[in-house]
Formats: sequence, C-alpha cells, structure tokens
Amino acid sequence: MATEFIARGQDLELKGIRKEFPGFVAVDNLDLKIPAGEFFALLGPSGCGKTTTLRMIAGLESPSKGEILLGGKDIAGTKPHERPVNTVFQNYALFPHMSVLENVAFGIRQRKVADPLPRAEKALAMVELEHLAQRRPQQLSGGQQQRVALARALVNRPSLLLLDEPLGALDLKLRRQMQIELKAIQMEVGLTFLHVTHDQEEAMDMADTVAVMNQGHIEQLGAPEVLYDRPKTAFVAKFLGQSNMFIGKVMETNSETTSIEYKGRKITGLTKRSEKVTGVIAIGVRPEKTYFHETEPTADPGLNILGPGEITDIRFTGVSNQYQIDIPGIGVMTVFAQNVGRSPVVELGAQVYVSWKIEHSFGLSDLPSGVEEDQ
Amino acid sequence: MSKLSLGKYLLPTYVFLTFLFLMVPIGYTFVFSFNDSLKSNIIWRGFTFDNWLNVCDQAGVCGAFGNSLLVAITATTVSTVLGTMIAIALVRYRFKFRSSTNLLLFLPLATPEVVMGAGLAAQFLDLGWTKGLTTVIIAHVMFTLSFVVVTVKARVATLDPALEEAGRDLYASPMQVFWKITFPLLLPGVLSAAMLAFALSFDDFIITQFNSGSVDTFPKFVYTAAARGIPPEANVVGSFVFIVAIAIVIAVQVRSARKKRKLLSK
Amino acid sequence: MAFVAFGSQAPTKQQGPARTGWVALFLLLPGLFYLALFFITPLVSLIITSLKQPSETGAIGNYDYGLEFGNYVYAITQYAPQIFRSFSFALLATVIALAISYPIAYFIAVKSRNRPLLKGILLTLVIAPFFISFLLRTFAWKQIFSNDSMVVNLLKDIGIFGADSYIIGTSFAVVFGLVYNFIPFMTLPIYANLDRLDLSLVEAGSDLYASPSKTFRKITLPLSLPGIISGTLLTFIPISGDYVVASRDFLGGPDTAMIGNVVEANFLRIQDYPTASAISVMLMATIVVLVSAYVRRSGTDDLL
Repeated sequence: MATEFIARGQDLELKGIRKEFPGFVAVDNLDLKIPAGEFFALLGPSGCGKTTTLRMIAGLESPSKGEILLGGKDIAGTKPHERPVNTVFQNYALFPHMSVLENVAFGIRQRKVADPLPRAEKALAMVELEHLAQRRPQQLSGGQQQRVALARALVNRPSLLLLDEPLGALDLKLRRQMQIELKAIQMEVGLTFLHVTHDQEEAMDMADTVAVMNQGHIEQLGAPEVLYDRPKTAFVAKFLGQSNMFIGKVMETNSETTSIEYKGRKITGLTKRSEKVTGVIAIGVRPEKTYFHETEPTADPGLNILGPGEITDIRFTGVSNQYQIDIPGIGVMTVFAQNVGRSPVVELGAQVYVSWKIEHSFGLSDLPSGVEEDQ
Repeated sequence: MSKLSLGKYLLPTYVFLTFLFLMVPIGYTFVFSFNDSLKSNIIWRGFTFDNWLNVCDQAGVCGAFGNSLLVAITATTVSTVLGTMIAIALVRYRFKFRSSTNLLLFLPLATPEVVMGAGLAAQFLDLGWTKGLTTVIIAHVMFTLSFVVVTVKARVATLDPALEEAGRDLYASPMQVFWKITFPLLLPGVLSAAMLAFALSFDDFIITQFNSGSVDTFPKFVYTAAARGIPPEANVVGSFVFIVAIAIVIAVQVRSARKKRKLLSK
Repeated sequence: MAFVAFGSQAPTKQQGPARTGWVALFLLLPGLFYLALFFITPLVSLIITSLKQPSETGAIGNYDYGLEFGNYVYAITQYAPQIFRSFSFALLATVIALAISYPIAYFIAVKSRNRPLLKGILLTLVIAPFFISFLLRTFAWKQIFSNDSMVVNLLKDIGIFGADSYIIGTSFAVVFGLVYNFIPFMTLPIYANLDRLDLSLVEAGSDLYASPSKTFRKITLPLSLPGIISGTLLTFIPISGDYVVASRDFLGGPDTAMIGNVVEANFLRIQDYPTASAISVMLMATIVVLVSAYVRRSGTDDLL
C-alpha cells in the first residue's frame, strides 16, 4: 500500500480546531493557514498548546472539534500512518534496536517504496552522516541523532514536515549550526516545515512566518520582522524580545498620533501603529529603539522624552550594553545601546534622560495581565 | 563512611561471611551428589561419579524431573503470553477498573501458597476433576501470572512511547508498530519474565502437592523421599539445575556487559 | 526480577497519550478471567468448604454443603498453639531476616554502586540459593544439624551441648531454616529501593553536620522504608503459610507444627476438608488485613 503523495504544493489549513483534555482545554478555536513550501514557526511558552496542535496535525491526537485541511481535504479523521505528514520528535525517537540506516529506511519500507536502502543512503548523505549508517542510534551524539531523525522524516518527501522542538537538547553552538542547516535543507527540498519551539530567537531566525501561541490560541501571526516591530498584544510584545511598557488613559487621538497620559507625562505613538485608541491602553517601545542623553534634549513633537533618571544597572552582553534607568515617578526603563567600541559613556548613578521617536512606539490591543482596566 | 579503619572492613567482612553461609547448603548438596551411598544419602561413604553418570537408574528421579520440565514449559508459555498482554494494557492504556485490576493481580503474590493450593484443590474436588498434570499446569499458570505482569510491566514502563508514535508517523499500522517496534524492545523483559516463571514453576512444591494427585514433580519426589532419605541422584538433578541456571544468569550478564561496552565505543 | 520491581518506588505513571477502548479490554480480559477462575473462585471454594458439614453417609472425605460455623470454632480451639506458633515463628524469622538482609542490600546497592562487576556477582550470589530446590536446601540443613553431624558433635565437645542435646526438631532449627530460605525475599526489595537512593542526599546530610550514624538513621533508613515494608510483607506472608521447613521430615519436630502443617495434614491425609479450609481462610483473612493496612497507606498503583 503505497500512499499517494501529491506532496509539495499543498497548503495546510486548521479551521476552528479545539482540543479538550479532562480538566482543561489545550487548544481553543485555532485557525491557521500555512502555505505550501513555507518555513513556518509555531512559537509559544510551555503549555500554550503548540505541541498539542502539532500532534493533531500529525494524527497522534484527534481534535475535539474542527477541521484539518491538507490541500483542501479534511484529514482530521485519518490515522497517522495514512497521512503524508512526518514528524521529527523532540527526543528524536530513533529505534534503538535498528541501525541508523534501517531507521531512515523504516518509513519507505512501510510504504513499500522500491529500493528503500539506496534511498535511505541518499537521505543520510544529505545530512552528511552516510558513514554512520551501520551504527546504532545510542552510539551517536545528540547532534548526529537529530540529523538522523531529520533524514528519517525527509526521506519520505512528506507534504508537511513537523518539527517538535528538535533543537532543544543541543548546546548553543550546535543549535545555531543546525538552525542554518535546517533552513538550508528546507529551501533546497522545497517542503513545508512546521517548526514548534519556545525559543523566540530561533523562530525569528529561521521562519518565513511566525505564529505566536498563548493558552490555546494564536495571538499574532506574521513575518518575524513584522511581529517584532509591531506586536499587537501585550503577550507578543513581552514574548518576542523585550519591551518598555506604559499603561495609561488615552488623552488625545487623531488620524496621525495617539497619546496617553502616564503618571503625569505624555507618551505618544502613531495612530496607524496603535491597535486601540480609546480608554486605557498600553504603549510600548523596544529598548534598542531608545536612547539616553546626559543633558535634557529639546522638546520635539516627534520624540517621547522621559527623565531625569538614575542609571541603576549596566549589563554587558557582548553585542550591546543594557542599561536600567530608574526615573522617579515613572518607573524603570530598559535601554539597549550597541557596543561600538567605546566604553560606556555613563556610569552607575549618572542622571540621564531617555528618549525615543514616536514612530517606534506600538500600541497594543490589550493590557499586560494583572493590570486593572481603570487606573 | 565510618572513620574507623576497623569499621571500614566490618561491612564487607559481614557480607562475605553471610554469603558463605548462604552457599553452605548448595555446597552440601553438590558434594553429596557424589556420595557413594547405599539407600539413603545421609552418611558420607565415598566419592563416585556413578550417580551423575547413571542418574536415571534411581527410580522416579528422571520421571519427576521430566514432569517438572513439562509443567514448567507449558505453564511458562501460557503465563508469559497472558501476563505480557496485561502488562502492556496496564502501562499504555487507560481504563476504569484499574485499581481493582492492580489488586487482583497483586493478591496471588500476597497469598500463602498453602491457601492457594488448598483452595484450588477444594475447587477441583467440588468440580470433580481428577488431579494430575492438567491441574498442576493450571495451578502453575495461576501463581506465576502476577510475577510475569510485574516483570514485564517494569520493562514496558521504560519504553519511550515516542518510539511507537514515530512508527505510526512513519506509516506503520498499529499491528506493524507492535511487531516491529514494541515487541522487539519488550523482548528482554518478556524473556526475563519467562525465566522467572519457569524457575518458580520448576521449584514449586506446596501448590503442586495439593494439586497433582499421583503425578510426581521433582520437588514432590524429594519431599516424599525425605522421610527415608533422599537419594544422591536427586542431588545430582538439583546440582545440575543449579549449574545450568547460574550459567544462564552469568551468560546474560556477560552478554549485556559486552553489549554495553560495544555501544559505548564509537 | 519481580522482587526488584516490588521494592522499587518508581511509580509507573500513565505514559504518553493513554488510549482507551477495546484494545485494552482485549489485552486484559484473558489473563484477568483466568485469575478470576483459578484464583478468586478457589478462595470462594475454600470458604464454602470451610462451612461444610460431615456427609450423612458418614464416609470419610465426603461432605455436604452447609453453614457449619462450628468448624471455625473447632479449628481455633484445636489448633490454637500451632496458629500462635506460626505467627510467632514468622514474626521472629522476618525480623531476623531483616537484620541479616539489610546490611547485605546496603552493601550491594550503595557501597558497590560504582563497581558493576562486583554488584552483578553479589546479586547473582544472593539469588543463587533459589536455583537449588527449596527442599534440597532445607534437607541439607537437616543433614548438617542432624544428631551425629559434625556440627552437633563439635558443640557437644566444646561443652555447649549436653549429651542429649539436639538441634533438629527444635524451634531454633525451624526458625533457622525459615530465615535461611527467605533471606533473598527480604534482600531484593530492600536492594531495589536502596539502589534508587540518591547518594547526594546522604552527602547533604554530612554537609549539614550529621554524623554517619545519624545520617543513616535520619536519611537513609526512612528513605528505605518502602523497601523494608515490601520485603517484610514478601517474607512474612509466605513464611506464615510454610510447612516444609517445620515438617517432621525436615527441620521440624513434634512441637513445631505450623499452620501449614495442620492444613496439609487435614487436607491431604485426614481428609478433614472443612477444618483445613477453615484454617486456610483464617490465615488468608489475617494476611488480607495486613495487606490492606499497607494498601491504605500507599494506594494500589505501587503494588505491582
């Protein structure tokens, strides 16, 4: 029984997917569309439902409600071994009682494809492990096992390749290397990859599109740069990178700008970058978009200026310096300054002002959790 | 742990002496299997190989041994199959009456053999079944079942469910997943359980005595012979079984040690 | 081995997405049905038989169904000494076995943890006695302690024994035999438990100023309690029903009969099935009470 693989060129669509477990709802009303040939990342903290979603696509769980459409056909009812979808498992799940080659050949043998072993060898060559074909998985290092798991899935040319946090067990350097390799392989074979991870840097680095998941639903979906530059919810703003956040009542808004009142100061953003323009909203700015000044900068309608405040912490992270600035009456702001070779121009305790351009603010559609509506 | 230089040797010495103590009856049995005795093997009369060479000359010994083997092999087979099925169900599936199942499986392990033996005998009496090989085998399957479940269950618990999921992900139907992935990985545990069941069955006396009627197994033969003196041929059989068993255990350990070493070497 | 699984406290948690459905039933039912048929029903038979009354024909071994509770009264009054003796022997033997086995288990599990070869050898030696028939081992002790054996003669020569002293047939001999045979039953569960002992806990104890003996008492011993309890149950229960060791053909004498001997005699020789069954039921009831106390403490998931 050789499963027909129309393979590439098939979109994956999840419609109204819901998954209930006794006692809690893991995925709630999820809608997702992944175009064929894309490297798609599903990003979120542990427990957000991303692994459950992946398992439902693989067929290892069935949704309580909703449809899973592959190329327009609902596969939610088919068994895993009937779906043209393959998974790279988190702990690789390599069969310990078979050689590496037999592991890779397993799927194509099951599908009764001709010449399983030569095909398996080619797949191993693609991940540069053909010399380990006769070893047992236990004899391989973590990085090598990961590549075998990848080869084992890829050799089947699935319509969709699911990767369940595959790089989690690798050390930093190896992980970076694998990220590059995975992306290269995906572009080379043109398959659709769905990569589940909690590592936001990894997602942003590798994916064409990122969907941020939280508590069973998708908060925001888009290209990494878009998500980063224009987070729409507080969760996305906090999960992807860091933000300085200001919560206040909208005091004036027009077609150009929207401003809130924050502890007696005015904080402004562009209206087209604000999700909500009435009531109490949160406006945020990324630390690397802010600057500090030793003297008070001249007021400018295009700038938000706060200060003076005291530098309470400086952290050196190689690429940049991270400053914590405590502004009385306002709170603590974080400022990243790129390390361009000069030693920090200010020291702990210095009094500085912080500013950023209003077009770098983003207005969120909701408030960070734990914050009351009326303040 | 102890700072006293004397105390450091206390425990190993104790352990050594205890093991010596544990080996005494084994040594005794082995030595007396070479006794050139007349009727009863009580006083040492002289060394001979005759008992080993002509072990079946002594009436009943080989017959009883053969019966024990037959019963053990049959009971082990049935018990291992039934027990493995239960073990898999217990670990991998969710079902409502789990607590009662655990309890039911545990009870035979906690029941004195005399109670199980008498109970089965009473039941066979009520049913009017004649006691013989069949009843013995039935009894042996019964009391070895729980041991098999416990042993296999421990092995199933070490099996990563992701392996079976990977199998399904790679187009193997549930049956194929079982035969190509689950079963090969469970096999060591199943074999271990089978060996345990075999050993328990072979050496069982009390339940057998109540349920075998006139059929003699090896332990029964020894018990009956104990009154007038156990013939040295019984010692021979006992020693022989011991040697085989120890050899198997050692072989298994050596093999797994060698396998481990091979895996660690890249 | 099974005993290893007894003392181990690794709870078998539900793994992966637990599936429900008919496959589970298909796997479970044959074995469970078998047990229901050949374990539960016999126990019921025992109870029924224990209430039978002598048949009207008066023939030996024939009984009619009845509700003769008097069988129990008879059993208790007639065999009270043996019942009491059985449990005393079992308790004594269990305690002694515990005292002997714990250091062995500790040595194998803790002290030899880094020497797998030694550990393997020692474990093999612990279970080695199992490979010689239970009866042969007990008989060997009978020979070793018999009236004109070297041991007895030596004791007489030293003066510990009088001219008429003997070992076989005494309570000492029986308890000795019981302890010997059940040492592995006690050692293995404790070993299994200690094998999982996280040694860094012991190191933490030392780090926090506890002396070795204090560390043992306050850390190691409490943590090994589940293994001790497993081992105790696994030893006490079979011993209480044993009759081979106490049999007159082995290490026992006229005054050492245990419950098992009574049941054997009544069932297989005298054919007084009701009495034999009544005693068995009482023995089983005692065990059930003991085990329930244990189950109530730890639940049923760790039983297997």
